[in-house]
Amino acid sequence: MSASISLTHNKYYSWCRNNLFSSWINGIITILSIYFIYEVSSFFLNWTIFEADFVNNFRGEKITDRTFCSKNIEPGQHGACWAIIIVRFHQFVYGFYPVEEAWRVNLVYGLLPFALIGIFFDNLPFRKYFIYFTFLFPFIGYFLLYGGAGLDVVGTSKWGGLLVTLFLGVTGILLAFPLSIILALGRRSKMPVIKTICIIFIEFIRGVPLITLLFTANVMLPLFLPEGVRPDNLLRALVAVTLFQSAYMAEAIRGGLQAIPKGQLEAAQSLGLTYWQSTRKIILPQALKISIPPIVNTCIGLFKDTSLVLIIGLFDLLGVGRAAVSDIDWAKLHYEVYVFISLVFFIFCFGMSRYSLYLEKKLKTDNS
Amino acid sequence: MTEQVIQLEKVNKWYDDFHVLKDIDLFVEKGQRIVICGPSGSGKSTMIRCINRLEAHQKGKIVVHGTELTNDLKNIDLIRKNVGMVFQQFNLFPHLSVLDNISLAPIWVKKMPKKESEEIAMSYLEKVKIPEQAEKFPGQLSGGQQQRVAIARSLAMNPDIMLFDEPTSALDPEMIKEVLDVMIQLAEEGMTMLVVTHEMGFAKTVADQMIFMDEGRIVEQAKPDEFFNNPKSDRTKLFLSQILNH
Repeated sequence: MSASISLTHNKYYSWCRNNLFSSWINGIITILSIYFIYEVSSFFLNWTIFEADFVNNFRGEKITDRTFCSKNIEPGQHGACWAIIIVRFHQFVYGFYPVEEAWRVNLVYGLLPFALIGIFFDNLPFRKYFIYFTFLFPFIGYFLLYGGAGLDVVGTSKWGGLLVTLFLGVTGILLAFPLSIILALGRRSKMPVIKTICIIFIEFIRGVPLITLLFTANVMLPLFLPEGVRPDNLLRALVAVTLFQSAYMAEAIRGGLQAIPKGQLEAAQSLGLTYWQSTRKIILPQALKISIPPIVNTCIGLFKDTSLVLIIGLFDLLGVGRAAVSDIDWAKLHYEVYVFISLVFFIFCFGMSRYSLYLEKKLKTDNS
Repeated sequence: MTEQVIQLEKVNKWYDDFHVLKDIDLFVEKGQRIVICGPSGSGKSTMIRCINRLEAHQKGKIVVHGTELTNDLKNIDLIRKNVGMVFQQFNLFPHLSVLDNISLAPIWVKKMPKKESEEIAMSYLEKVKIPEQAEKFPGQLSGGQQQRVAIARSLAMNPDIMLFDEPTSALDPEMIKEVLDVMIQLAEEGMTMLVVTHEMGFAKTVADQMIFMDEGRIVEQAKPDEFFNNPKSDRTKLFLSQILNH
């Protein structure tokens, strides 16, 4: 008796009762859903982990090509064969970067968080020095990756995999950000020439698929440059990606700018602040805060779209993956490769999404 | 003869085809408190917004402190530094704390050190009697408190002239008094004030000139005694009878 009373007062019990089993139909749907989730997740976990091969197959042999995969020895009885990822891990992460120089990429990966936390978290101790580092980082990073002055030069044609994906994604987003603010402000400018230029730029870039821009950058950019100057492929792609991202981000920011009441600018002006001071201290902080969700939306979109550089001959993560599955030694391991690539993309995109939620929460200054 | 700080001569303004201000003449002496009333759409807000160039006039002449308002940005900046403004909707900066709202302009416009301008901000917060709210954000304050912060924010620039654009119209009735008290105190200290308001009790206490506007014109300008007891134009009489009979 007393047990059943304490059970009914248990908050988990009453939550389940109210939300999962409030009626017969709800109860049946709940049970069916649980069964469905169980089936899908048990299949997936078995395939990816419990019945999968990593380094050795079920006989204990080291897997050196696809014929050693358990699932190819006993079809239908084993899960994924992750050996393809493990054996080709270097390519996935560094592309064709020389193995003995890979520490330089690792160093850049290792320094990247230090360059970003200064921007991401404003209550950090010694934040000033982190910000200095953020501004130095592009130069340090480029020097480390490309080489020169004591380090062997590693041309960008050797870069690939996650390195290219991150290089295009992170650099593209960071370069596009200031550009997009200028475009958004320009589009709302009272000066007709500036306004027209910004509108044409934004509408033109938005009206063209990224693939077209990549082709254009690849084929047409050299036409506009003096004879003999051949910017390398990766930089051309970076230009295209940055322009593309800045147009989209500019529209997201313009949405935020439009949501700021006119009175904010009037109050700032009546206090004697100049246009730039009002914009920097009053309008932009509020507009950017409102635009966080759409900005992050475009960032996530761009990060995934970097895989399109495949078509102009750059090997990003997806490009390396496609090369891996077309290797005769490892053929027909599509699932493993694409699941792995999806997971890597998901981790970065989910990270961006969570960070934007954190920012929104932190910047909330009212009680609503 | 006391110094004239604001002169409006034959000021005209149009919004496209709509003639908002028609041949406005207004002269304000130092220390004068002028209360402007009139029906909505009569151009009273537009008129005071022209004085710090939140709106541009198209014809006529506006001179503030001997500086004429033209398209010259230098003149506009100069005038805005000396003319404070309080808005109906407070227009506090919601992303900044109360203290930062007030110290922002001294830091950026007057290039004052941060510490000094925060001390000034605190002293004005004490003046409007809410120093304990310094660290809060505007969204956490009541309407009356927000408007008092807005007044403190304007005062921190140490202006000679204060413009009030319906400062109590957006407030709940019980908060109007706390804002009017601050304004009365300011008037007693000799601030030059132009106030657009329908608070006739306040007008009787502080105003030394009343202005009634209708359809873009100044219909009547008189001392409060005369204005309330013996208005000349029929339009003023009608307006006063409507506004005083609640």
